[in-house]
Amino acid sequence: MNILYFLVGCSVTMALIFLGAFFWSLKSGQHDDVYTPSVRILFDDETDIPESDKDHISD
Amino acid sequence: MNHSALTHQSSVCYHCGDQLSTIKLSYDDKDFCCVGCRSVYQLLSENNMCNYYAYNDTPGQRVANSGHFEYLDEESIITQLINYKDEDNTIVTFYIPSIHCSSCIWLLEHLYKINAAIFSSRIDFLKKEVTISYKHKQVSLREVVQILSNIGYEPLISLQDVVKEKSNSVNKQLIWKIAIAGFSMGNVMLFSFPEYFGLSNIEKEFQQLFAWLNLAFCIPVTFYCAKDYFTSAFASLKQRYINLDTPLALIIAVLFIRTAISTLLHTGPGFADTLTGLVFLLLMGKWVKQRTYQHISFDRDYRSYFPIAITTLKDHREKPVAISDIAVGDRLLIRNGELVPADAILMKGDAWLDMSFVTGEAAPQQKVLGEMVYAGGRQMGEAIELEVIKPASQSYLTGLWNKDFYKSDLKKKSFNDRIAKYFSIGVFVVAFAATAYWLWQGDSTKAWSAFTAVIIVACPCVLALSTPFTLSAILSVFDKKGFYVKNTDAVEQLADLDTVVFDKTGTLTSTHQSAIVFSGNLTEKEQLMVASLLYNSSHPLSRQVFKSLNPYRIYPIVKYNELLGRGITGVIEGSVVYAGSVRGLAQPIESKEEAGVHIAIDGVYKGCFSIDQQWREGIFPLIKSLEDKYQLKVLSGDTNKDEQMLKSIFSADAKMAFNKSPQQKLEAIKLLQQHGSKVMMLGDGLNDAGALKQANFGVAITDNINNFTPGCDAILSGDHIGLLPRFIELSKDGLKTIKISFAIATAYNLIGVYYAVQGTLYPLVAAVLMPISTITIISFTSFATRYFARKNGLR
Repeated sequence: MNILYFLVGCSVTMALIFLGAFFWSLKSGQHDDVYTPSVRILFDDETDIPESDKDHISD
Repeated sequence: MNHSALTHQSSVCYHCGDQLSTIKLSYDDKDFCCVGCRSVYQLLSENNMCNYYAYNDTPGQRVANSGHFEYLDEESIITQLINYKDEDNTIVTFYIPSIHCSSCIWLLEHLYKINAAIFSSRIDFLKKEVTISYKHKQVSLREVVQILSNIGYEPLISLQDVVKEKSNSVNKQLIWKIAIAGFSMGNVMLFSFPEYFGLSNIEKEFQQLFAWLNLAFCIPVTFYCAKDYFTSAFASLKQRYINLDTPLALIIAVLFIRTAISTLLHTGPGFADTLTGLVFLLLMGKWVKQRTYQHISFDRDYRSYFPIAITTLKDHREKPVAISDIAVGDRLLIRNGELVPADAILMKGDAWLDMSFVTGEAAPQQKVLGEMVYAGGRQMGEAIELEVIKPASQSYLTGLWNKDFYKSDLKKKSFNDRIAKYFSIGVFVVAFAATAYWLWQGDSTKAWSAFTAVIIVACPCVLALSTPFTLSAILSVFDKKGFYVKNTDAVEQLADLDTVVFDKTGTLTSTHQSAIVFSGNLTEKEQLMVASLLYNSSHPLSRQVFKSLNPYRIYPIVKYNELLGRGITGVIEGSVVYAGSVRGLAQPIESKEEAGVHIAIDGVYKGCFSIDQQWREGIFPLIKSLEDKYQLKVLSGDTNKDEQMLKSIFSADAKMAFNKSPQQKLEAIKLLQQHGSKVMMLGDGLNDAGALKQANFGVAITDNINNFTPGCDAILSGDHIGLLPRFIELSKDGLKTIKISFAIATAYNLIGVYYAVQGTLYPLVAAVLMPISTITIISFTSFATRYFARKNGLR
């Protein structure tokens, strides 16, 4: 049963790593704007779309 | 005068989507309503950026004539605006009100196609901000702004940008706290599970480990996450008054002490799970309460109305100077459409100042040389020169904001704070009674455990949660209907009003849906001639009249001449046609409509196009439904020309006052409050700013949420003004919901107290009881809010 000591230690360490990761993401501003990236990802890379088949992406 | 029957409503402007009149501009087989729209399209197509039109139909907005950006060459102004600068790169953030769709995001993030020196641009859509990084050796800030302006996205650069306040850090710290509390709660739950299910003998050795770990998790939760509750409780006790944070702080302290003691003395499980769960939920409630609209500012003052710089004259040379650097004695050059930033004396030129934003008076005022000109007026004519007599920060206008008596003694205690007092007293009575009973019985261990258990179980956590959850649910119902309330506290104020004060211009009437009426006589040919003349002008009034005329052909025009601030003339079909203000007429005429577009052909006065102010839609039923429950009042800065009309809408006992200055409006509100009234003020412009701030609940009415609105408690879009009684009803229902959930919570607490006074409260019971009551309350409040929203027809 002593293995439990090790496992408990592991679980707490893992949890701390995730907490740290969350703080890092918070600090680097990843949660500052949660709307715009969802629109940005829908843009096509290429600009040479023929006028005839322009597709309408409504917001 | 009505040609609408003849209109072909087949097509709209490719850029902005406005209805095309019969006369249209074409380019690339596409039709445009005006030169502005066409030139934006030309610029974009030259740079191969027509994708802009692919993501949305008619994404553009009509381009207003842009201002002067010379001041952006001034090094001192640049340093105030930019975020960051190194040897090569500069980063700057602009607020652009016209950002509204995905096409905007696409266009503004591809600025590098127009100028490669702009190497990165990022939009924050909800804040309507764009952050631009550029190489300042290749492109100047002024050129960047010019590019934005050319494509129809002129940034709003106001004095407020220079004095930016960062309020974000408070919110961020709360998220840190929530993260730590949530993290601790999850781990504590994990280590408490064995205890819940019962431990076999072999597992007993782990009990100590788990207890110590739990205590370790409690330390940051108590001393970091819950810190604010302790400081707030201490502060309120110092002032001999109990707020909701006082019992909360006590409970957190008791929970922590009991957990620590039982861990140290090995006397069984502590309350770590309850403690961490409680703090986590409390912080969640706080977060819900703090959430607000990112794109709307409720604390705007004159600074966001003022430009950042103005042109001064020194030794006959023009030089842009930051508003804050204007000194007494400076010579200012104010061009057509620019704002007077400081109280000054007119030295040169013909001043026609539109003071509507300051005084509410619709007609522009003429000033003669040597007369005092107050800050906040907008020049409507040729360029004038002024000499400053007071710095911008001490002008009459800014004085309206700097009064410190606003609302200070009017802060009403919220329901929570009022109930907290009785709640705390009740809990203490029960706790001490239980302790006394067990001490009398001679069982001091039980006395201690009963005392602490009562305090733990009678947690007012539900109170701290039901209020923010209910009120923020109501806020989101409101904002779907165009009513943006500043915060949850304001919703409580909204439910508790007895007087409604209206401003007239812009509040009861709409500047937006105005109808053009012509008084006088014009033949059909003359109408076409007038339309042909107006076709050449970009003045908003000309465009409106032109649209209403809707001509089927345009005559060629010779000798077109724009008399700045007066009107336009031209020779059409051999006749001299004049259109413009009454001042530009050859012979003066008697007219009650000063603001209209007057027409003269070959020197003969023909009549006047005037803009008839329309009552806002829904005003009549609004007044009718408010009349029974509220005392109504009208405070107008305008003349009393509409008094008869107003009398017909309002009932006889509604009081009306006209020609009120902003200061007098403020005083009037104060007087009402001194007589014990709780006042809601509805206004729109700067002239109502003082009154809006002074009122218990100030509502700014606007036709466009992105426009300037003065500081207030709520912003209401003009189209939805008719819903106001329903909004008030819903806020009242919200308070009802909070009271009912308080009753439910008390029922739960009584069950807990029953065990607690007997000293037999097992931690597991507390740990289960608290989440169950919380879930009940949160689901009750959200269902109740939905129900009430539907009942009031707001869903």
